[in-house]
Amino acid sequence: MKSKANTMAGLGLLLMPLIWIDPVTYLTLTVAGLSLGMLIFLIASGLTLIFGLMDVLNLAHAAFFAFGAYMGYTVLYLFNSWGWIEGASLWGSLWFLVVALGTAGLVGALLGVITERLVIQRVYGDHLMQLLVTVGVSFVMVEILKIIWGVNDEVVPIPLAFQDSFIIYGVFVEYFRVVAILLGVLVFAVLQFMLKKTKIGIIVRAGVENREIVQTTGYNINRIFTMVFALGAAFAAIGGTMMAIFNQAVDPGMGDQFLIFALIVVIIGGMGSVTGSFVGAIIVGLSFNYVAYLVPKMALGVNFMIMAIILLIRPKGLFGKE
Amino acid sequence: MNDSMLTLDDVHTHIGQHHILQGVSLSVNPGGATILLGRNGAGKSTTLKTIMGLYPASKGSIRFKGEKIHREKTHKIARMGMGFVPEDHAVLFNLTVEENFRLSMVEETETTRQNLEDVLELFPALRKFWKTKAGLLSGGQKQMLAIARVFVCDHSLLLIDEPSKGLAPIVVDQLGEALLRIKDKTKVILVEQNFNLACQVGTDCFILDDGQVVFHGMIDELAKDKPMMKAYLGI
Repeated sequence: MKSKANTMAGLGLLLMPLIWIDPVTYLTLTVAGLSLGMLIFLIASGLTLIFGLMDVLNLAHAAFFAFGAYMGYTVLYLFNSWGWIEGASLWGSLWFLVVALGTAGLVGALLGVITERLVIQRVYGDHLMQLLVTVGVSFVMVEILKIIWGVNDEVVPIPLAFQDSFIIYGVFVEYFRVVAILLGVLVFAVLQFMLKKTKIGIIVRAGVENREIVQTTGYNINRIFTMVFALGAAFAAIGGTMMAIFNQAVDPGMGDQFLIFALIVVIIGGMGSVTGSFVGAIIVGLSFNYVAYLVPKMALGVNFMIMAIILLIRPKGLFGKE
Repeated sequence: MNDSMLTLDDVHTHIGQHHILQGVSLSVNPGGATILLGRNGAGKSTTLKTIMGLYPASKGSIRFKGEKIHREKTHKIARMGMGFVPEDHAVLFNLTVEENFRLSMVEETETTRQNLEDVLELFPALRKFWKTKAGLLSGGQKQMLAIARVFVCDHSLLLIDEPSKGLAPIVVDQLGEALLRIKDKTKVILVEQNFNLACQVGTDCFILDDGQVVFHGMIDELAKDKPMMKAYLGI
Protein backbone atom coordinates (compact mmCIF):
# COMPACT_ATOMS: atom_id res chain seq x y z
CA MET A 1 0.00 0.00 0.00
CA LYS A 2 2.80 2.36 1.04
CA SER A 3 4.91 1.50 -2.02
CA LYS A 4 1.86 2.08 -4.25
CA ALA A 5 1.40 5.52 -2.68
CA ASN A 6 5.11 6.25 -3.18
CA THR A 7 4.89 5.20 -6.85
CA MET A 8 1.85 7.42 -7.37
CA ALA A 9 3.61 10.35 -5.68
CA GLY A 10 6.70 9.80 -7.87
CA LEU A 11 4.58 9.66 -11.02
CA GLY A 12 2.78 12.84 -9.96
CA LEU A 13 6.08 14.67 -9.49
CA LEU A 14 7.34 13.37 -12.83
CA LEU A 15 4.27 14.70 -14.66
CA MET A 16 4.06 17.96 -12.70
CA PRO A 17 6.20 19.99 -15.18
CA LEU A 18 3.38 19.45 -17.74
CA ILE A 19 1.50 22.23 -15.90
CA TRP A 20 4.03 24.73 -17.29
CA ILE A 21 5.53 22.95 -20.32
CA ASP A 22 3.75 21.84 -23.53
CA PRO A 23 3.79 18.03 -24.09
CA VAL A 24 6.26 17.95 -27.03
CA THR A 25 8.80 20.12 -25.20
CA TYR A 26 8.18 18.04 -22.06
CA LEU A 27 9.01 14.82 -23.94
CA THR A 28 12.11 16.40 -25.51
CA LEU A 29 13.29 17.51 -22.07
CA THR A 30 12.47 14.07 -20.65
CA VAL A 31 14.64 12.27 -23.24
CA ALA A 32 17.45 14.80 -22.66
CA GLY A 33 17.02 14.43 -18.90
CA LEU A 34 17.12 10.64 -19.06
CA SER A 35 20.30 10.67 -21.15
CA LEU A 36 21.94 13.20 -18.79
CA GLY A 37 20.78 11.05 -15.88
CA MET A 38 22.34 7.93 -17.37
CA LEU A 39 25.63 9.77 -17.95
CA ILE A 40 25.59 10.87 -14.32
CA PHE A 41 24.73 7.30 -13.32
CA LEU A 42 27.91 6.05 -15.04
CA ILE A 43 29.96 8.31 -12.77
CA ALA A 44 27.80 7.68 -9.72
CA SER A 45 27.87 3.88 -10.18
CA GLY A 46 31.64 3.92 -9.68
CA LEU A 47 31.23 6.18 -6.69
CA THR A 48 28.55 3.86 -5.29
CA LEU A 49 30.96 0.94 -5.47
CA ILE A 50 33.88 2.82 -3.92
CA PHE A 51 32.12 5.19 -1.52
CA GLY A 52 28.87 3.39 -0.78
CA LEU A 53 29.96 -0.23 -0.85
CA MET A 54 33.65 -0.16 0.13
CA ASP A 55 33.16 2.79 2.50
CA VAL A 56 36.09 4.69 0.98
CA LEU A 57 35.75 8.46 0.63
CA ASN A 58 37.38 8.83 -2.76
CA LEU A 59 37.68 12.42 -3.95
CA ALA A 60 40.04 11.25 -6.70
CA HIS A 61 36.96 9.87 -8.48
CA ALA A 62 36.67 13.19 -10.36
CA ALA A 63 40.24 12.78 -11.61
CA PHE A 64 39.50 9.24 -12.91
CA PHE A 65 36.51 10.79 -14.70
CA ALA A 66 38.66 13.56 -16.24
CA PHE A 67 41.37 11.08 -17.28
CA GLY A 68 38.69 8.94 -18.92
CA ALA A 69 37.35 11.98 -20.75
CA TYR A 70 40.81 12.84 -22.10
CA MET A 71 41.51 9.22 -23.10
CA GLY A 72 38.23 9.11 -25.04
CA TYR A 73 39.07 12.48 -26.59
CA THR A 74 42.52 11.20 -27.63
CA VAL A 75 41.12 8.08 -29.31
CA LEU A 76 38.48 10.09 -31.19
CA TYR A 77 41.06 12.75 -32.08
CA LEU A 78 43.32 10.07 -33.59
CA PHE A 79 40.46 8.51 -35.55
CA ASN A 80 39.50 11.98 -36.77
CA SER A 81 43.08 12.79 -37.83
CA TRP A 82 42.99 9.64 -39.97
CA GLY A 83 39.74 10.93 -41.51
CA TRP A 84 37.59 8.12 -40.14
CA ILE A 85 35.20 10.05 -37.91
CA GLU A 86 33.33 12.63 -39.94
CA GLY A 87 31.60 10.52 -42.52
CA ALA A 88 31.24 7.36 -40.43
CA SER A 89 27.92 5.52 -40.45
CA LEU A 90 25.96 5.01 -37.21
CA TRP A 91 27.39 1.49 -36.77
CA GLY A 92 30.88 2.70 -37.59
CA SER A 93 30.47 5.50 -35.07
CA LEU A 94 29.31 3.00 -32.45
CA TRP A 95 32.43 0.95 -33.10
CA PHE A 96 34.63 4.05 -32.56
CA LEU A 97 32.69 4.75 -29.38
CA VAL A 98 33.30 1.20 -28.11
CA VAL A 99 37.06 1.58 -28.76
CA ALA A 100 37.11 4.98 -27.00
CA LEU A 101 35.12 3.67 -24.01
CA GLY A 102 37.22 0.50 -23.83
CA THR A 103 40.48 2.50 -23.82
CA ALA A 104 39.14 4.90 -21.20
CA GLY A 105 37.84 2.00 -19.07
CA LEU A 106 41.17 0.15 -19.22
CA VAL A 107 43.20 3.25 -18.34
CA GLY A 108 40.70 4.08 -15.56
CA ALA A 109 40.99 0.54 -14.16
CA LEU A 110 44.79 0.70 -14.30
CA LEU A 111 44.81 4.06 -12.48
CA GLY A 112 42.38 2.55 -9.96
CA VAL A 113 44.67 -0.42 -9.28
CA ILE A 114 47.70 1.87 -8.81
CA THR A 115 45.79 4.26 -6.52
CA GLU A 116 44.28 1.47 -4.41
CA ARG A 117 47.56 -0.43 -4.03
CA LEU A 118 49.76 2.60 -3.33
CA VAL A 119 47.40 4.81 -1.35
CA ILE A 120 43.98 3.47 -0.38
CA GLN A 121 45.16 0.17 1.17
CA ARG A 122 46.95 2.18 3.83
CA VAL A 123 43.89 4.17 4.87
CA TYR A 124 41.00 1.68 4.94
CA GLY A 125 38.71 2.49 7.86
CA ASP A 126 40.07 6.03 8.34
CA HIS A 127 37.75 8.51 6.62
CA LEU A 128 39.76 11.62 7.42
CA MET A 129 42.94 10.14 5.95
CA GLN A 130 40.99 8.90 2.92
CA LEU A 131 39.68 12.41 2.35
CA LEU A 132 43.15 13.96 2.62
CA VAL A 133 45.08 11.45 0.53
CA THR A 134 42.48 11.21 -2.25
CA VAL A 135 42.41 15.02 -2.54
CA GLY A 136 46.20 14.77 -2.93
CA VAL A 137 45.89 12.01 -5.54
CA SER A 138 43.31 14.12 -7.39
CA PHE A 139 45.65 17.16 -7.50
CA VAL A 140 48.54 15.02 -8.77
CA MET A 141 46.40 13.34 -11.45
CA VAL A 142 44.93 16.62 -12.73
CA GLU A 143 48.43 18.13 -12.91
CA ILE A 144 49.68 15.09 -14.86
CA LEU A 145 46.69 15.54 -17.13
CA LYS A 146 47.64 19.19 -17.72
CA ILE A 147 51.26 18.20 -18.50
CA ILE A 148 50.12 15.63 -21.09
CA TRP A 149 47.22 17.49 -22.75
CA GLY A 150 47.72 21.14 -21.75
CA VAL A 151 45.60 23.47 -19.67
CA ASN A 152 43.19 24.67 -22.39
CA ASP A 153 39.78 23.30 -23.33
CA GLU A 154 39.84 20.91 -26.29
CA VAL A 155 37.05 20.27 -28.79
CA VAL A 156 36.08 16.61 -29.04
CA PRO A 157 35.50 15.38 -32.61
CA ILE A 158 32.04 13.82 -32.71
CA PRO A 159 30.84 11.42 -35.42
CA LEU A 160 28.17 13.15 -37.45
CA ALA A 161 25.92 10.12 -37.10
CA PHE A 162 25.67 10.77 -33.35
CA GLN A 163 24.40 14.30 -34.00
CA ASP A 164 21.67 13.01 -36.31
CA SER A 165 18.26 12.53 -34.82
CA PHE A 166 15.00 10.78 -35.50
CA ILE A 167 11.48 12.03 -34.79
CA ILE A 168 9.07 10.13 -32.58
CA TYR A 169 5.68 11.66 -31.66
CA GLY A 170 7.01 15.03 -32.81
CA VAL A 171 10.03 14.79 -30.53
CA PHE A 172 13.55 15.08 -31.96
CA VAL A 173 15.75 12.41 -30.41
CA GLU A 174 19.52 12.45 -31.02
CA TYR A 175 21.09 9.04 -31.57
CA PHE A 176 23.79 9.76 -29.00
CA ARG A 177 21.13 10.32 -26.32
CA VAL A 178 19.69 6.89 -27.06
CA VAL A 179 23.19 5.37 -26.87
CA ALA A 180 23.73 7.09 -23.50
CA ILE A 181 20.42 5.79 -22.13
CA LEU A 182 21.09 2.23 -23.36
CA LEU A 183 24.65 2.25 -21.95
CA GLY A 184 23.38 3.45 -18.55
CA VAL A 185 20.73 0.71 -18.45
CA LEU A 186 23.31 -1.89 -19.54
CA VAL A 187 25.78 -0.86 -16.81
CA PHE A 188 22.95 -0.93 -14.25
CA ALA A 189 21.89 -4.43 -15.33
CA VAL A 190 25.48 -5.76 -15.32
CA LEU A 191 26.20 -4.30 -11.88
CA GLN A 192 22.95 -5.64 -10.42
CA PHE A 193 23.64 -9.09 -11.85
CA MET A 194 27.23 -9.06 -10.65
CA LEU A 195 26.42 -7.98 -7.11
CA LYS A 196 23.25 -10.01 -6.57
CA LYS A 197 23.75 -13.20 -8.56
CA THR A 198 27.45 -13.98 -8.84
CA LYS A 199 29.90 -15.38 -6.32
CA ILE A 200 32.15 -12.34 -6.69
CA GLY A 201 29.17 -10.14 -5.77
CA ILE A 202 28.54 -12.20 -2.64
CA ILE A 203 32.23 -11.96 -1.69
CA VAL A 204 32.25 -8.18 -2.22
CA ARG A 205 29.10 -7.64 -0.13
CA ALA A 206 30.45 -9.97 2.55
CA GLY A 207 33.84 -8.23 2.53
CA VAL A 208 32.22 -4.86 3.09
CA GLU A 209 30.29 -6.24 6.06
CA ASN A 210 33.03 -8.30 7.70
CA ARG A 211 36.52 -8.58 6.20
CA GLU A 212 37.63 -11.04 8.89
CA ILE A 213 35.04 -13.68 8.00
CA VAL A 214 35.83 -13.40 4.30
CA GLN A 215 39.57 -13.78 4.94
CA THR A 216 39.13 -16.75 7.28
CA THR A 217 36.90 -18.40 4.68
CA GLY A 218 39.86 -18.40 2.27
CA TYR A 219 39.44 -15.35 0.05
CA ASN A 220 42.13 -12.75 -0.59
CA ILE A 221 40.03 -9.73 0.37
CA ASN A 222 42.75 -7.23 -0.54
CA ARG A 223 42.80 -8.45 -4.13
CA ILE A 224 39.01 -8.39 -4.32
CA PHE A 225 38.85 -4.82 -2.98
CA THR A 226 41.50 -3.77 -5.51
CA MET A 227 39.30 -5.23 -8.26
CA VAL A 228 36.20 -3.40 -7.00
CA PHE A 229 38.12 -0.11 -6.74
CA ALA A 230 39.46 -0.61 -10.29
CA LEU A 231 35.93 -1.32 -11.54
CA GLY A 232 34.65 1.88 -9.90
CA ALA A 233 37.50 3.88 -11.46
CA ALA A 234 36.80 2.27 -14.87
CA PHE A 235 33.13 3.32 -14.69
CA ALA A 236 34.21 6.88 -13.81
CA ALA A 237 36.54 6.91 -16.84
CA ILE A 238 33.82 5.53 -19.13
CA GLY A 239 31.45 8.19 -17.79
CA GLY A 240 34.16 10.76 -18.57
CA THR A 241 34.38 9.72 -22.22
CA MET A 242 30.58 9.76 -22.57
CA MET A 243 30.37 13.22 -20.98
CA ALA A 244 33.19 14.47 -23.24
CA ILE A 245 31.15 13.43 -26.29
CA PHE A 246 27.94 14.82 -24.75
CA ASN A 247 29.53 18.24 -24.13
CA GLN A 248 31.77 18.02 -27.23
CA ALA A 249 34.64 19.41 -25.11
CA VAL A 250 37.11 18.47 -22.41
CA ASP A 251 38.93 20.57 -19.81
CA PRO A 252 41.21 19.56 -16.93
CA GLY A 253 38.75 20.71 -14.24
CA MET A 254 35.70 18.96 -15.72
CA GLY A 255 35.75 16.21 -13.10
CA ASP A 256 34.89 18.43 -10.16
CA GLN A 257 31.59 19.76 -11.49
CA PHE A 258 30.31 16.26 -12.27
CA LEU A 259 31.56 14.86 -8.97
CA ILE A 260 29.01 17.14 -7.29
CA PHE A 261 26.24 15.58 -9.38
CA ALA A 262 27.51 12.09 -8.60
CA LEU A 263 27.68 12.81 -4.86
CA ILE A 264 24.12 14.17 -4.91
CA VAL A 265 22.97 11.03 -6.73
CA VAL A 266 24.69 8.64 -4.30
CA ILE A 267 23.27 10.51 -1.30
CA ILE A 268 19.73 10.68 -2.76
CA GLY A 269 19.78 7.00 -3.73
CA GLY A 270 21.37 5.73 -0.51
CA MET A 271 24.97 4.68 0.11
CA GLY A 272 25.95 1.42 -1.51
CA SER A 273 22.70 0.95 -3.41
CA VAL A 274 23.17 0.59 -7.17
CA THR A 275 19.38 0.78 -7.64
CA GLY A 276 19.38 3.92 -5.51
CA SER A 277 22.04 5.52 -7.70
CA PHE A 278 20.12 4.55 -10.84
CA VAL A 279 16.88 6.13 -9.57
CA GLY A 280 18.78 9.09 -8.07
CA ALA A 281 20.53 9.77 -11.39
CA ILE A 282 17.20 9.78 -13.24
CA ILE A 283 15.74 12.21 -10.68
CA VAL A 284 18.76 14.53 -10.96
CA GLY A 285 18.90 14.35 -14.78
CA LEU A 286 15.17 15.04 -15.22
CA SER A 287 14.84 17.76 -12.59
CA PHE A 288 17.97 19.52 -13.93
CA ASN A 289 16.51 19.62 -17.45
CA TYR A 290 12.95 20.63 -16.48
CA VAL A 291 14.14 23.40 -14.16
CA ALA A 292 16.84 24.55 -16.61
CA TYR A 293 14.02 25.15 -19.12
CA LEU A 294 11.68 26.87 -16.66
CA VAL A 295 14.06 28.75 -14.33
CA PRO A 296 17.60 28.36 -15.75
CA LYS A 297 19.35 29.90 -12.74
CA MET A 298 17.79 27.30 -10.43
CA ALA A 299 18.92 24.25 -12.45
CA LEU A 300 21.72 23.09 -10.13
CA GLY A 301 20.12 24.46 -6.97
CA VAL A 302 17.02 22.32 -7.38
CA ASN A 303 19.11 19.16 -7.02
CA PHE A 304 20.48 20.36 -3.69
CA MET A 305 16.89 21.10 -2.62
CA ILE A 306 15.77 17.59 -3.61
CA MET A 307 18.72 16.11 -1.74
CA ALA A 308 17.89 18.14 1.38
CA ILE A 309 14.20 17.14 1.27
CA ILE A 310 15.00 13.43 0.79
CA LEU A 311 17.56 13.52 3.60
CA LEU A 312 14.94 15.08 5.90
CA ILE A 313 12.37 12.39 5.07
CA ARG A 314 14.75 9.43 4.67
CA PRO A 315 18.18 10.20 6.17
CA LYS A 316 19.66 7.03 4.61
CA GLY A 317 18.47 7.99 1.10
CA LEU A 318 15.74 6.43 -1.04
CA PHE A 319 17.19 2.91 -1.11
CA GLY A 320 19.65 3.11 1.79
CA LYS A 321 19.34 0.52 4.55
CA GLU A 322 17.98 1.84 7.85
CA MET B 1 59.17 -34.68 14.35
CA ASN B 2 55.85 -36.04 15.67
CA ASP B 3 52.26 -36.71 14.55
CA SER B 4 50.93 -33.34 15.73
CA MET B 5 48.44 -31.63 13.47
CA LEU B 6 49.14 -28.22 14.98
CA THR B 7 52.09 -27.10 17.07
CA LEU B 8 52.65 -23.74 18.74
CA ASP B 9 56.15 -23.20 20.03
CA ASP B 10 56.79 -20.25 22.37
CA VAL B 11 54.29 -18.03 20.57
CA HIS B 12 54.12 -14.38 21.61
CA THR B 13 51.48 -11.93 20.36
CA HIS B 14 51.33 -8.17 20.86
CA ILE B 15 48.15 -6.18 20.24
CA GLY B 16 49.20 -2.54 20.21
CA GLN B 17 51.19 -1.99 23.40
CA HIS B 18 49.76 -5.06 25.09
CA HIS B 19 51.73 -8.29 25.34
CA ILE B 20 48.84 -10.79 25.22
CA LEU B 21 50.39 -14.19 24.46
CA GLN B 22 53.59 -14.62 26.46
CA GLY B 23 55.06 -17.84 25.15
CA VAL B 24 52.20 -20.22 24.38
CA SER B 25 53.39 -23.72 23.54
CA LEU B 26 50.92 -26.44 22.73
CA SER B 27 50.57 -29.42 20.46
CA VAL B 28 47.34 -30.85 19.09
CA ASN B 29 46.94 -34.32 17.57
CA PRO B 30 44.43 -35.21 14.86
CA GLY B 31 40.97 -36.46 15.84
CA GLY B 32 38.50 -35.44 18.54
CA ALA B 33 38.13 -32.06 20.18
CA THR B 34 40.72 -30.14 22.18
CA ILE B 35 39.40 -27.53 24.58
CA LEU B 36 41.06 -24.22 25.47
CA LEU B 37 39.94 -23.04 28.90
CA GLY B 38 40.76 -20.02 30.98
CA ARG B 39 39.36 -16.90 32.56
CA ASN B 40 38.32 -13.85 30.54
CA GLY B 41 41.42 -12.14 29.15
CA ALA B 42 43.62 -15.23 29.54
CA GLY B 43 44.45 -15.17 25.80
CA LYS B 44 42.20 -17.95 24.42
CA SER B 45 40.64 -15.98 21.56
CA THR B 46 43.99 -14.33 20.80
CA THR B 47 45.54 -17.80 20.52
CA LEU B 48 42.95 -18.83 17.92
CA LYS B 49 43.32 -15.54 16.01
CA THR B 50 47.11 -15.86 16.04
CA ILE B 51 46.90 -19.41 14.69
CA MET B 52 44.55 -18.14 11.97
CA GLY B 53 46.97 -15.31 11.05
CA LEU B 54 44.59 -12.53 12.07
CA TYR B 55 47.13 -11.34 14.64
CA PRO B 56 50.80 -11.70 13.70
CA ALA B 57 52.93 -13.73 16.11
CA SER B 58 55.72 -11.43 17.28
CA LYS B 59 57.87 -14.39 18.32
CA GLY B 60 57.78 -18.18 18.17
CA SER B 61 56.55 -20.54 15.49
CA ILE B 62 53.30 -22.18 14.46
CA ARG B 63 53.22 -25.35 12.35
CA PHE B 64 50.10 -26.79 10.74
CA LYS B 65 50.36 -30.25 9.15
CA GLY B 66 54.15 -29.87 9.31
CA GLU B 67 54.30 -26.50 7.53
CA LYS B 68 55.23 -23.20 9.15
CA ILE B 69 52.23 -20.88 8.97
CA HIS B 70 53.06 -18.00 11.35
CA ARG B 71 54.13 -15.75 8.45
CA GLU B 72 51.31 -16.80 6.12
CA LYS B 73 48.31 -14.66 5.21
CA THR B 74 44.95 -15.62 6.72
CA HIS B 75 43.31 -16.66 3.45
CA LYS B 76 46.22 -18.97 2.65
CA ILE B 77 46.00 -20.61 6.09
CA ALA B 78 42.26 -21.10 5.52
CA ARG B 79 42.97 -22.74 2.16
CA MET B 80 45.38 -25.15 3.84
CA GLY B 81 42.35 -26.65 5.57
CA MET B 82 41.78 -24.58 8.67
CA GLY B 83 38.31 -23.22 9.44
CA PHE B 84 37.52 -20.50 11.98
CA VAL B 85 34.30 -19.60 13.77
CA PRO B 86 34.84 -16.33 15.68
CA GLU B 87 32.71 -15.54 18.74
CA ASP B 88 29.46 -13.53 18.56
CA HIS B 89 27.45 -15.22 15.80
CA ALA B 90 30.00 -14.94 13.01
CA VAL B 91 27.68 -14.81 10.03
CA LEU B 92 27.14 -12.23 7.32
CA PHE B 93 23.96 -10.49 8.45
CA ASN B 94 23.19 -8.86 5.09
CA LEU B 95 23.51 -12.11 3.13
CA THR B 96 20.81 -14.75 3.02
CA VAL B 97 21.40 -18.17 4.57
CA GLU B 98 21.95 -19.52 1.05
CA GLU B 99 24.50 -16.79 0.26
CA ASN B 100 26.32 -17.45 3.54
CA PHE B 101 26.74 -21.08 2.45
CA ARG B 102 27.73 -20.12 -1.11
CA LEU B 103 30.39 -17.84 0.34
CA SER B 104 31.76 -20.63 2.52
CA MET B 105 32.12 -23.00 -0.46
CA VAL B 106 35.40 -21.60 -1.78
CA GLU B 107 35.41 -24.37 -4.35
CA GLU B 108 32.09 -26.00 -5.16
CA THR B 109 32.79 -29.72 -5.48
CA GLU B 110 30.76 -32.90 -5.07
CA THR B 111 32.18 -33.18 -1.52
CA THR B 112 31.15 -29.68 -0.47
CA ARG B 113 27.67 -30.20 -1.94
CA GLN B 114 27.38 -33.46 0.03
CA ASN B 115 28.67 -31.66 3.16
CA LEU B 116 25.98 -29.03 2.65
CA GLU B 117 23.28 -31.72 2.54
CA ASP B 118 24.72 -33.30 5.72
CA VAL B 119 24.86 -30.02 7.54
CA LEU B 120 21.29 -29.11 6.57
CA GLU B 121 20.23 -32.45 7.96
CA LEU B 122 22.05 -31.55 11.16
CA PHE B 123 20.49 -28.04 11.31
CA PRO B 124 17.08 -28.38 9.57
CA ALA B 125 16.02 -24.86 10.62
CA LEU B 126 18.59 -23.42 8.23
CA ARG B 127 16.85 -25.04 5.24
CA LYS B 128 13.57 -23.49 6.40
CA PHE B 129 15.16 -20.00 6.40
CA TRP B 130 17.17 -20.60 3.20
CA LYS B 131 16.22 -17.29 1.54
CA THR B 132 16.10 -15.26 4.78
CA LYS B 133 18.79 -12.71 5.61
CA ALA B 134 21.02 -14.11 8.35
CA GLY B 135 20.57 -10.94 10.40
CA LEU B 136 16.91 -11.86 10.91
CA LEU B 137 17.67 -15.28 12.44
CA SER B 138 17.51 -15.88 16.20
CA GLY B 139 20.73 -15.93 18.23
CA GLY B 140 20.79 -19.73 18.29
CA GLN B 141 20.12 -20.02 14.56
CA LYS B 142 22.87 -17.51 13.81
CA GLN B 143 25.33 -19.58 15.83
CA MET B 144 24.20 -22.78 14.09
CA LEU B 145 24.73 -21.05 10.74
CA ALA B 146 28.16 -19.79 11.83
CA ILE B 147 29.28 -23.33 12.61
CA ALA B 148 27.44 -24.94 9.69
CA ARG B 149 28.94 -22.63 7.08
CA VAL B 150 32.47 -23.55 8.17
CA PHE B 151 31.62 -27.25 8.34
CA VAL B 152 30.55 -27.27 4.67
CA CYS B 153 34.18 -26.98 3.56
CA ASP B 154 36.48 -29.94 3.82
CA HIS B 155 38.56 -28.56 6.69
CA SER B 156 40.95 -30.75 8.59
CA LEU B 157 40.93 -28.42 11.61
CA LEU B 158 38.18 -26.18 12.95
CA LEU B 159 38.86 -23.39 15.45
CA ILE B 160 35.63 -22.49 17.26
CA ASP B 161 35.52 -19.56 19.67
CA GLU B 162 32.93 -19.64 22.46
CA PRO B 163 29.97 -20.94 20.45
CA SER B 164 27.65 -21.16 23.49
CA LYS B 165 28.10 -17.50 24.49
CA GLY B 166 24.73 -15.82 25.07
CA LEU B 167 22.65 -18.85 24.05
CA ALA B 168 19.66 -20.33 25.92
CA PRO B 169 20.35 -23.69 27.70
CA ILE B 170 18.20 -25.68 25.26
CA VAL B 171 20.12 -24.23 22.31
CA VAL B 172 23.41 -25.04 24.06
CA ASP B 173 22.26 -28.69 24.26
CA GLN B 174 21.56 -28.73 20.51
CA LEU B 175 24.92 -27.10 19.90
CA GLY B 176 26.63 -29.80 22.00
CA GLU B 177 25.05 -32.54 19.88
CA ALA B 178 26.13 -30.79 16.71
CA LEU B 179 29.71 -30.37 17.96
CA LEU B 180 29.85 -34.08 18.89
CA ARG B 181 28.92 -35.01 15.32
CA ILE B 182 31.35 -32.49 13.85
CA LYS B 183 34.32 -33.69 15.92
CA ASP B 184 33.80 -37.23 14.62
CA LYS B 185 34.62 -35.96 11.16
CA THR B 186 36.96 -33.01 11.76
CA LYS B 187 39.50 -32.09 14.39
CA VAL B 188 38.12 -29.25 16.56
CA ILE B 189 39.87 -26.77 18.85
CA LEU B 190 37.16 -25.25 20.99
CA VAL B 191 37.41 -22.21 23.24
CA GLU B 192 34.61 -22.57 25.74
CA GLN B 193 33.59 -20.97 29.06
CA ASN B 194 30.74 -23.44 29.61
CA PHE B 195 32.61 -26.24 31.39
CA ASN B 196 29.75 -28.74 31.04
CA LEU B 197 29.69 -28.29 27.28
CA ALA B 198 33.48 -28.52 27.20
CA CYS B 199 33.36 -31.84 29.11
CA GLN B 200 30.64 -33.16 26.81
CA VAL B 201 32.57 -32.41 23.61
CA GLY B 202 36.26 -32.48 24.52
CA THR B 203 38.84 -35.11 25.34
CA ASP B 204 42.03 -33.23 26.17
CA CYS B 205 42.31 -29.63 27.29
CA PHE B 206 44.70 -26.74 27.87
CA ILE B 207 44.25 -24.00 30.45
CA LEU B 208 45.61 -20.58 29.61
CA ASP B 209 46.38 -17.95 32.20
CA ASP B 210 48.03 -14.58 31.58
CA GLY B 211 48.95 -15.61 28.04
CA GLN B 212 50.66 -18.87 28.99
CA VAL B 213 49.65 -22.53 29.12
CA VAL B 214 49.42 -23.57 32.77
CA PHE B 215 47.79 -26.98 32.40
CA HIS B 216 47.53 -29.71 29.78
CA GLY B 217 45.73 -32.99 30.37
CA MET B 218 42.52 -34.95 29.93
CA ILE B 219 39.41 -32.95 30.68
CA ASP B 220 37.90 -35.61 32.99
CA GLU B 221 41.10 -35.52 35.07
CA LEU B 222 40.81 -31.75 35.29
CA ALA B 223 37.19 -32.03 36.44
CA LYS B 224 38.44 -34.00 39.48
CA ASP B 225 41.22 -31.52 40.29
CA LYS B 226 39.22 -29.05 42.38
CA PRO B 227 42.16 -26.76 43.40
CA MET B 228 43.17 -26.35 39.75
CA MET B 229 39.56 -25.65 38.74
CA LYS B 230 39.24 -23.07 41.50
CA ALA B 231 42.59 -21.42 40.79
CA TYR B 232 42.31 -21.03 37.03
CA LEU B 233 38.64 -21.32 36.14
CA GLY B 234 36.98 -20.00 39.32
CA ILE B 235 34.65 -23.04 39.44
